[in-house]
Order: sequence, then structure tokens, then C-alpha cells
Amino acid sequence: MSAPSHPELKAPAGSAGLLALSIISALVAIVAAGLSQDPIFRFQVEIFALGAIVAAFALNAGLASGSLREDPDRYSDNVIKAGVIATMFWCLAGLAAGTLIAAQLSWPRIFYFPELGFLNFGRLRPLHTSAVIFAFGGNALIATSFWVVQRTCKAKLAGGIAPWFVFWGYQLFIVLAATGYLAGATQSKEYAEPEWLTDIWLTIVWVAYLLVFLGTIWKRKEPHIYVANWFYLAFIVTVALLHLVNNAAVPVSPLSHKSYGVFAGVQDALVQWWYGHNAVGFFLTAGFLAMMYYFVPKRVERPVYSYRLSIVHFWALIFIYIWAGPHHLHYTALPQWAQTLGMTFSIMLWMPSWGGMINGLMTLSGAWDKLRTDPVVRMMVVSIAFYGMSTFEGPVMSIRAVNALSHYTDWTIGHVHSGALGWVGFISFGAIYCMVPWLWKKAGMYSNKLIEWHFWIATTGILLYIAAMWVSGIMATASLKPSRPSMSRTSSARSAA
Amino acid sequence: MSVWKHHAKFERHSLLLVIGILVVVSIGGLVEIAPLFWLQGTVEKVNGMRPYSPLELAGRDIYVREGCYLCHSQMIRPLRDEVERYGHYSLAAESMYDHPFQWGSKRTGPDLARVGGKYSDAWHRDHMMDPRSVVPESVMPPYKFLAEKELDYRDIADRMKAQRTVGVPYTQAAIDNARKDLEAQADPFSTDAAGLRTRYGAKVVNRDFDGNPDKITEMDAAIAYLQMLGTLVDFKSYKAQAPENQR
Repeated sequence: MSAPSHPELKAPAGSAGLLALSIISALVAIVAAGLSQDPIFRFQVEIFALGAIVAAFALNAGLASGSLREDPDRYSDNVIKAGVIATMFWCLAGLAAGTLIAAQLSWPRIFYFPELGFLNFGRLRPLHTSAVIFAFGGNALIATSFWVVQRTCKAKLAGGIAPWFVFWGYQLFIVLAATGYLAGATQSKEYAEPEWLTDIWLTIVWVAYLLVFLGTIWKRKEPHIYVANWFYLAFIVTVALLHLVNNAAVPVSPLSHKSYGVFAGVQDALVQWWYGHNAVGFFLTAGFLAMMYYFVPKRVERPVYSYRLSIVHFWALIFIYIWAGPHHLHYTALPQWAQTLGMTFSIMLWMPSWGGMINGLMTLSGAWDKLRTDPVVRMMVVSIAFYGMSTFEGPVMSIRAVNALSHYTDWTIGHVHSGALGWVGFISFGAIYCMVPWLWKKAGMYSNKLIEWHFWIATTGILLYIAAMWVSGIMATASLKPSRPSMSRTSSARSAA
Repeated sequence: MSVWKHHAKFERHSLLLVIGILVVVSIGGLVEIAPLFWLQGTVEKVNGMRPYSPLELAGRDIYVREGCYLCHSQMIRPLRDEVERYGHYSLAAESMYDHPFQWGSKRTGPDLARVGGKYSDAWHRDHMMDPRSVVPESVMPPYKFLAEKELDYRDIADRMKAQRTVGVPYTQAAIDNARKDLEAQADPFSTDAAGLRTRYGAKVVNRDFDGNPDKITEMDAAIAYLQMLGTLVDFKSYKAQAPENQR
């Protein structure tokens, strides 16, 4: 990179301002740590301070050496490269955490450490889910959205240094959340566990993300906003709305890590699952559909199958998804009218979901031979097939009678993994396998053979996982029914514990 | 067809698209969630519900901190096998003061909505110290450290104040006496137990939950919380068939 001497290159706008903000934030955090009596709060703000100090040093060095400078006429691809690396890193972390907690449930005598309470299942499980959903999935979404919005708008990312702030700010959010869980900071709302301080930080980062994304759209040289960007936009906007409402809380004091949510009991339950199900609907579905709408047509070099289907299924999907939350609360103390409404919309959701699946699969019209020749295409197609499978299974499980059996059991965990590993994982890997050669200017991936291995090992593994969880979920319920006391000794004994 | 032409507006104006998205995703939430805040009968009328005592609240915060809800539900469904196993199905009223709710979503262990009084304090202590010592096939993590760690309740009054801000009806007397009440409940010989009982009801028992009289530990708080779960509502006076309880 001998670029610095080039006259057009300059540091991105706002770099100096961000440097100043980092220094101020670090100082504020250090003072807060000094004033607080709460060890968890102190630990959290110290990590924040550390992040701000590292950011300040990095920005200072970047400004001094000129390595931050970039060509204003070229796409911002360095932040996407960083995003791809972060995606792979957090993928490893998330899968490792998942494997560890699975081992804990299988071999509790080996994988629990009485002296190391912070490694207990209850603290590691949110670490696993957050690492996979928000760290792996979130980084994949941010990186691909930055790629897609630039290419489809023919515009460089807006906001000067802001995309880098979004990237590193998001990594800091992940670290704050993860270390917080280990230390015992959680509000116990599934997939929204981080406490108020981390929530506020995520809000700031997310608003910056929205502005970078919208700002790039505003600079576009194409009059038309491409369909993938609708989905990214729906994902960013709706996740912001969900996050703000579900995390509304009152801190015990400004210097305490702990807060209490403003909702209680039955209302809290529905707000949480309104959030929880739409974390699936908008984070894990709309965002990754955006990925599908860009990378599948691009890779197979065919236009999206139906433009009208994409319009219909976009609006139908985002409208119907929001209603589906109550199916997490069947037979609970939630009023039955709300349960019925949730179930009805969950079943209707099958249609727009399959609309998306059909639109993705049929994009291969005339290019089906690529399934045989290109393992990346195969990965994306199987991903869409898993999407179709789990969006069929979901509505089935949302039927009250089925839910009576499946709820509280491993079946739900299996369902989530067919979506998370099959759909989210495979479409992300497909997108990454597309983007890496583009970003690093290579002719192709290092080895297609290895991608083949990846594909077959992962597909087999996911199928085994789902099947095992069906069996254990159904067995668990069957063994608890009074009419069949002897079906499974272990789970009935476990439940009596 | 003209509909598709009209849609072109959304495809060319990003703010219109954002507004469209916000409107479309707001409807479901408004129709489903908002009525729960004013519809009569969302929460049943019952006798016996009260806010958590300071020690129970501290125990509940530990329950949340340790992620117990990830394996234990607190929501008994009105299904025959559950009612036979765990007791009366859970009412919305029973979690009316729960910020946040702890209904859970997975039962790797049993439901705990009515675990209060089912086992002795000593059983809970042994069980949490080493779950497999009392239930050999259990996969629960050990919580020995709760028994070793002194309970940090310096901010218990602040916690109760925050709870009051979000709607839990703690009286000023309850907040003023928070520390005293907490200490009283963990001490079987406390002279302040009468005050504790005037504020939290005659059923509140003061005892040494963890069997260690030297200090108030996190184990004391956790067991105090577990032992009151599901014990508050007076089911003798609760009429499930009454119109106001039909939902």
C-alpha cells in the first residue's frame, strides 16, 4: 500500500471527531468504574474503557501514519473484509460454546467445575446463543449488507469513518454482552439478555448502522432500490424497534449493572416473545433473505425469478411475522384470544415464507446444472431448502395441540438449529464463499474440494442433529404422560429432580 | 397493473419505504400486546399476592443471574399430567410482580412454579451444592459457590425502589426497613421478625435457610426464594369458573 502519497487520498470524515469521542468515553468510563460499588458494573465499564482506549490508539496511529486514508471514488471494502474475518471468528466461538454446553448436558460430571461457577450451563447458554445469532449472524449481515448496498446503489458507503465505528462498535457490544453473561449480568430475556448499559451501547451502534445504510441509499446512482435492500432495511428498522421496546428498563442506580424491566408477568411474557420471535423473523429471516436475493442471482447469473412475488412476499412476511409471538406461550397464563391470534398468524406465515423459498429456488431456472458443478450454489440451494423445511415445521409446532407436545422439549431446540445451521449458516457460508474471492481479488476459493467436504459434513451433521432432537423431544413428553410411566427412565427421573 | 406501478414509489423513496415498514410491523404488536394492559381479566383476581420480601428478591436476582430459567420453567400448563405432577396450573396473577417474568421456555429440569415447600431447606442446599448427590441422573450444574459467597445486599433498598418505579407496590416502610427485613428473614432468632411479617404477611418464615448461622449467603437468598414459589395465592378462595377469571 504505497497509496499515502496520492493527492486524492484522505482520512475518512469524522476520524478526528471519533478519536476525541473515544478519549472522552474512556475517561467517563474510568470515572464511573471508580465511583461504582458494584463489581459487575465496574467490570463492564472497565471493558468499555479498554475498548475506547484501544480505539483511540488505533485511530491516532491510523491518522498519523496515513493508513486510514482511502480513495473516495472506490467502494469501502476494507470494512467488509474485516466483517468477513469477524464472521468466521465468531462462528468458531459460537459453535465451540454450543459444543461445550451440549457436552455439559451429556457429561455433567466432567464438564462442570464446582469452583468455576461462571462456566455453568446457565451462564454459557446465552453466550452460545448470542455468539451464534448476534456475533456470527450479525457480522455476516453487516458485512454482506455493506457489500450489497454499495454494489446495488453504485455508491460508496456513507458517513466517512462511521462504517468502521459500526463494525468495531458492534464487536465491542459482543464482547460486553459475552463478558457480562460470564460475570452474571443478564436480564434473563432470551436473545435480549444484555443489561441496560450494553443495550444503550447497542442502540447507539445500531442507529449509526441505520444511518450508514440509509445514507448510502440516498447517494445511489440507481433510481430503483434493489429488493435485497428492502429486506436489509426491514431487518435494521424492525430490530431497532423490537430492541427498544423489549429492553425498556429502570436501572437500580446509574452506577449499578442491574435493571428491572418496565413490564411484568403476562405482559412481559408477550413483549419478550414478540421480540423473541421477531428476532427470528427479522434478524434471522429478513436479513438473510436479503443475502439470498443478492448472492443467489449473482452466483447463478440469472435474474430473480419473480419481481412481483418478491413484492408480495416482502410485505406479507413483515406484516404477518410480527403477530406470531404468542405461539411461544401456548397453554400459559396468556389470555387464550392472544394465543389463538398468534397461532393463526403463525400458520398463515407459512405462505410468505414459502413465497420467499420459491422465489429463491426458481431463480435457478435454466441454471440447475450449477447444482452439480458449483458447491457454493449447492450450499445456497440447500440453505433455501432448510428455510422451507423449518418454515413449514414452525407453523406445525405453533398449532396448540402440537405445541402441547413440543413445547419445553428438545424439539424446539432442534427446530431452531435447522433454521440457524441449515438456513442462516449455509446462506452465510454461501455468501462468504462468493465474497472472499471478490474482496481479495482472487480467481476463486482456495479449494472447491474443501467446500464439497464442508457441504456434506455440515448437511449430514445438521440432519443427525435435527432427527436426534425430534426423538428426544417427543420421548420427553411421552415419558411424562401419566398413561405411559415407563417409556424413558432417564427423562422422567430427570424431571422429578 | 397499476398496483405494481404504485409500489414503484416505495422502491424509489427510501423514507417512504422505512415508514411503510414501520407501519406494517406495528399493527400486529398494537393489536396483540397493547390490549393486555387494559383488558379486564388479563390478570385474575386473587387473594394472597404480595411483592417479594427483600431476601426473596435477592434470591430471585440470583436465580436470574445464574440463568436458572434456561432449564426450569415457572409456568404449569392446564394439562392433566402437568397439574397432577406440579399442582394447580399457573395463573397470570402469580407473576404480576415479576420483573422480569420467569416462565421459561425449556424444561431440562422440572417446572418450579410451585416448588415452594415441596422439599426441605437441607434438601435444596444439598441439591445445589452437588445435584447428583441427591438425584444421581441429574444434569444440573453445581452451585456450591452460592453457599460460600456472602450475599451483597448493600443496594437492596435501591433495588426495591427500582421495582417500585416499574410498578411493584412496595410501601415506604418496606423500603426503609429493607436491610433489617432481609437480615430478619435469614435469622431464626431475629427480634425483627414481627416487622417482617407485618410487611410481608403472616406466612413469611424466618430461618437459617442454608444451615450456616455465621453469615447470610447467596444460598440463603436462593433457597428463601425457591421456598416461597407458588405459595402465595389462596386457591381456596380462587374461583376459576367466575366470569371475571374467564379468559
